[in-house]
Amino acid sequence: MSATPQPSTEAGSPASGSEGAPASPAGLLQAGEPAPEFTLRRGDGSEFTRADLEGRTTVLVFYPFAFSPVCTDQLNLYNDVLGELEAQGATLYGVSCDATYSQTAFQEKLGVRIEQLSDFEPKGAACRAFGAYDPGGFAQRALVIVGPDGIVKWSFQAASPGDLPGANLIFDGLGGG
Amino acid sequence: MIEYADFECPYCASLCARLSGVKLRHAFRHFPVRSSHPRAWAAACAAEAAALQGRFWEMHDLLFADEGRLEDPHLWERARTLALDLKRFDADRHSEEVRARVRRDFESGVRAGVVTTPTVFAAGRMYAGRLGLEDLRAFGG
Repeated sequence: MSATPQPSTEAGSPASGSEGAPASPAGLLQAGEPAPEFTLRRGDGSEFTRADLEGRTTVLVFYPFAFSPVCTDQLNLYNDVLGELEAQGATLYGVSCDATYSQTAFQEKLGVRIEQLSDFEPKGAACRAFGAYDPGGFAQRALVIVGPDGIVKWSFQAASPGDLPGANLIFDGLGGG
Repeated sequence: MIEYADFECPYCASLCARLSGVKLRHAFRHFPVRSSHPRAWAAACAAEAAALQGRFWEMHDLLFADEGRLEDPHLWERARTLALDLKRFDADRHSEEVRARVRRDFESGVRAGVVTTPTVFAAGRMYAGRLGLEDLRAFGG
């Protein structure tokens, strides 16, 4: 029990940001780029825009589909370390192209605290703005950390929608190790 | 090998059964994702409470042997089977010390990139999800 295991390279590698790995074909925003103008919908139907990013560190968790297996595991896992992430000053949001009602049902089913933001109409517009929209009609599995200044601090795109990025990547992206 | 697992995960139970015939040094770390497996955390604490009476692996085996029965009475039944001091077992499994131990394992897994169970670190690699017998033999010798 004394060894400290390290993830293998098969576990995925950062696709953007300071790590310098290849960017996604859609061009996920890179570290140092400003967050775009966008409009997402909260569960109550109100708008969530770029202005809501300012003044705090935000982690946007783009995921393909509510209720799908990997997205379920991903939100469950991140929810279990939400306290630690919040302790580092980060606020997490789940972002998908699902309707708000679907996202709310998904959140309630999982029992997670991570607030959901909908990119339903115009479909995928915010995901496109961040470079996280898949031509198949869903959000790519990607993580984007935006600093209090509205500048992307770090980003990561999974090699495929079936890959679940570990929460360690978020901690690394936040700079907390 | 270092294994991250939880006692409500069917694939972990399967791995436990497969490991019974493989010779290797095996370290077990708890990785209970509460929202997926709501009883896994309590089961992990039960195993650590049994460990304080020197019976971790026996409790580990009993938990994986019947994942459908992980409520309190089932945990007490296992403790009786192992002839544990039941009062101490019950106090220990709710203690801050035991909770902290389980939490420490979980956090170490998170920091190592564990996202699912079982996840095994062996021979310099990470194996996530279901492992075949050949995988086990490959790093078990």
